[in-house]
Amino acid sequence: MDFTLDKKHEMARQLFREFAQNEVKPMAQEIDETEQFPRENVEKMMKYGFMGIPIPKEYGGQGCDVLTYVMCVEELSKVCGTTGVIVSAHTSLCCDPILTYGTEEQKQKYLVPLASGKKLGAFALTEPGAGTDAQGAQCRADEDGDSWVLNGSKCFITNGKEADVYIVFAVTDIVEDAKGRKSKKFSAFIVEKDTPGFTFGTKEKKMGIRASSTYELIFQDCRIPKENLLGARGKGFGIAMHTLDGGRIGIAAQALGIGEGSIDATIEFVKERKQFGRPIAAFQNTAFQLADMKARMDAAKYLVYNAACTKDVYTQDHKTSYSIEAAEAKLFAAEAAMAVTTKAVQLHGGYGYTREYDVERMMRDAKITEIYEGTSEVQRLVISGAMLK
Amino acid sequence: MNIVVCIKQVPDTKGGVKFNPDGTLDRASMLAIMNPDDKAGLEAALRIKDETGAKVTVLTMGLPKADDMLREALAMGADEAVLVTDRRLGGADTWATSSTVAAAVKKLDYDLIITGRQAIDGDTAQVGPQIAEHLALPVISYAEDIKVEGNSVIVKRQYEDRYHEVKAQMPCLITALSELNEPRYMTPGGIFDAYDKEVTVWGRDDLTDLDDANIGLAGSPTKIAKASDKVRKGAGEKVALDPKESVEYIMNKLKEKHVI
Amino acid sequence: MSLEEYKGVAIFAQQVDNKLSSIAFELIGKAHELAADLGTDVTAVVLGKDIAGLADKLGEYGADKVVLIDDPALETYRTEPYAQALTAYINEYKPEIMLVGATAIGRDLGPTVSARVKTGLTADCTSLEIGDFPLVAKEGQEQKHNQLLMTRPAFGGNTIATIACPDNRPQMATVRPGVMQKLPKEAGRKAEVINFKPELKENNRFVEILNIVKNVTNTVDIMDAKILVSGGRGVGSPENFKLLEDLAEVLGGTVSCSRAVVDSGWKPKDLQVGQTGKTVRPNVYFAIGISGAIQHTAGMEESDIIIAINKDETAPIFDVADYGIVGDLNKIVPALTEALKAELAAQN
Repeated sequence: MDFTLDKKHEMARQLFREFAQNEVKPMAQEIDETEQFPRENVEKMMKYGFMGIPIPKEYGGQGCDVLTYVMCVEELSKVCGTTGVIVSAHTSLCCDPILTYGTEEQKQKYLVPLASGKKLGAFALTEPGAGTDAQGAQCRADEDGDSWVLNGSKCFITNGKEADVYIVFAVTDIVEDAKGRKSKKFSAFIVEKDTPGFTFGTKEKKMGIRASSTYELIFQDCRIPKENLLGARGKGFGIAMHTLDGGRIGIAAQALGIGEGSIDATIEFVKERKQFGRPIAAFQNTAFQLADMKARMDAAKYLVYNAACTKDVYTQDHKTSYSIEAAEAKLFAAEAAMAVTTKAVQLHGGYGYTREYDVERMMRDAKITEIYEGTSEVQRLVISGAMLK
Repeated sequence: MNIVVCIKQVPDTKGGVKFNPDGTLDRASMLAIMNPDDKAGLEAALRIKDETGAKVTVLTMGLPKADDMLREALAMGADEAVLVTDRRLGGADTWATSSTVAAAVKKLDYDLIITGRQAIDGDTAQVGPQIAEHLALPVISYAEDIKVEGNSVIVKRQYEDRYHEVKAQMPCLITALSELNEPRYMTPGGIFDAYDKEVTVWGRDDLTDLDDANIGLAGSPTKIAKASDKVRKGAGEKVALDPKESVEYIMNKLKEKHVI
Repeated sequence: MSLEEYKGVAIFAQQVDNKLSSIAFELIGKAHELAADLGTDVTAVVLGKDIAGLADKLGEYGADKVVLIDDPALETYRTEPYAQALTAYINEYKPEIMLVGATAIGRDLGPTVSARVKTGLTADCTSLEIGDFPLVAKEGQEQKHNQLLMTRPAFGGNTIATIACPDNRPQMATVRPGVMQKLPKEAGRKAEVINFKPELKENNRFVEILNIVKNVTNTVDIMDAKILVSGGRGVGSPENFKLLEDLAEVLGGTVSCSRAVVDSGWKPKDLQVGQTGKTVRPNVYFAIGISGAIQHTAGMEESDIIIAINKDETAPIFDVADYGIVGDLNKIVPALTEALKAELAAQN
């Protein structure tokens, strides 16, 4: 196994790092404070191809691999978790399912503008009554002539209101098995912003990733053309689960970046901060804590990169699966990020509890990575399910 | 239209130079970057390319590791890259460097040559005008704006207290200031493509229009008599006085150092 | 090339709008020292149109000879006609040393002419002297005497090199403005004036000047400032920067600041010194209420003189300051401004 990056990946990392330092870092504290979606930086990322990294060139993307995409989310998240998730939700949750399940027409119409940075994407699965338990979903789509008619709502939608294209899951059929138990069948739809009947509800006020635009989506007799059904009718649940496998790699990369970013900030701090006449870096407790933090994030990094590379193999040959690798990466990276950012705040002492210092924000940002796109508990289910089957 | 941009890989002196414990410069730890003025020159060329479809070739003379910088230029949008590298060319001063680069440029098609004003390691600002001299081209140094109009270029040429708007016929050479523009980032796909491209590598023997008397250390009219790293100064004096005495103390130091 | 044919120290006396630039006098001052060591004289070369009136002043400041090349093509600086004229001077008069100011003109003219006459050029020199090359005699290598030894900083000021040009003539250098001392004016001192009229041939390398725009802005880039009065979070408030502005005004300096000040929105980003701001190297840097985090000192530690005022005696800024004053800036800075006002008034 070769864990060293080749030159093009090294250069890509250098690009993402430079962009993050020059463009994203100076804004991070401010947008956290104001909860203002960083439109200007998103437009820059669109211009420089950051919004279609693993998508083939023929569909407007950069033609790079998942590993490159993961490094992008990681480097952005080192300085701003919000910016990381904007790229992740757009790429993994909106571009990827269209690439995987879309018809050629859908790819030309939606994927090309998404991957080439003309449009922003989002993914809408969660509902007020259906988080981990998908069967609680109420949002439905009914066939009517040449259209599907959507009714219901979705919540906690990342890139909500800012995005132009939404992958929306809705119940299209209810089937009964031999024992008479009913179950809902979902289908996936591509819905454009500004479609009549599609509006936005409340904006969430969040603990972390505060500038990420998290909205409720409301559908009231929202008519969408039949050709916007993504994949086969009734196969929506599988599409959602498969899409989330990929999304988890993106969120794992976000968690990885947040954790690493908090270590960078802490190193800078402990070299400067003096107590008892010497920098606190000179105290063994500080040094040992840092060592633990680094080892933990490096372990996370290998899991995340492994998941990315496994998905790259899948891209070549659809026979492999990356579900377990993605679940392990997300589970471990998210919990590592939470633990490491907490330690980073501790090493900052009182300053770490103030908004003057980045680690305070990073600790708040880290928390969401244990929750969204499958909680840590769901990841444990996925991993143990495969072990015990 | 063909544009040749001459670029140099330099150690990054901006944002803090690192020192060894003995006070000498820690060159190994410094990142090698594309010289900032050269990068602005490349950006200027790429903007002309965006407008006119010009072909942009980047050229460097340096160590084999300058390949990385050429790939960066390709990833930003340059079409071709040439690396001139040979032990026999090492130790060159600006005369020998400009003679060599000029000989390499002669092998390429060019309407416009852009160089940076100066490199942050040497700070001489001499190689650009000297390349123009070897090629008998018009030169406009210190460009803060470049426009192409037909067969000529119109350049804002910066001076200390003014600028001249200058028109020159192509082919010509322009030296670019880093104030000229904000260079673009690479794109991820551009990086992947850059590593699939061939970089042309020329050694001494590929440069036929070049006299041995004008290359390398031996062909350099200027010779280094002595070089030393400036030893970093440590802490000076520290006093704790009342405000009146403090002011007297500062006044005395300012007088001692002929500031006032 | 017979090196012995080359005699005398020449300087390019830059004029703009028919006014001599101060670098011209600084070069004469240094050339005098060099000429004394070599037992030769100093020639100032002036290029322009209707420039006869400039000769007297060059004489009064120490030029022994003034060569005037008066030609309509030389009215405004353009590389090609200036290079033709200065090359013609060198070929005709054969100076052993040719000094040019490291100005926006000199750093274009110098390299062009040196390449044209095929000699070496050392850029941006901060010290010039006559000595031996090699400095110490080496077996198997001829040690040449009476060579121009040119010293210059490189690597963003982090290294210093001394350079010679032993086998080509003239020995050429561009010299950083503001470093060499001009001689005191000697009223009535006359230089021998020579009108030299080389033929300037118009060719494809002549450029056309469409427009000349003089700068009207008087904001100084902190990277160009000779004196910086820099404030940190310790200044306390944006209003309190008035104290620093007053001090800067008396000294003819400029106000700059630390990152904390920019982050607090007290001052704009273009005044920020440090790793994420600008790297500055003024003659005097006042660090007032700046703790001196590495990210700040990386951008200013190359300043010639650093004076720090901070009430925290353990502030790391004192590790890089030449003169550190532990005290209250609110008391010291205004008093210093007053003292300077009084001192400067007394000097005038």
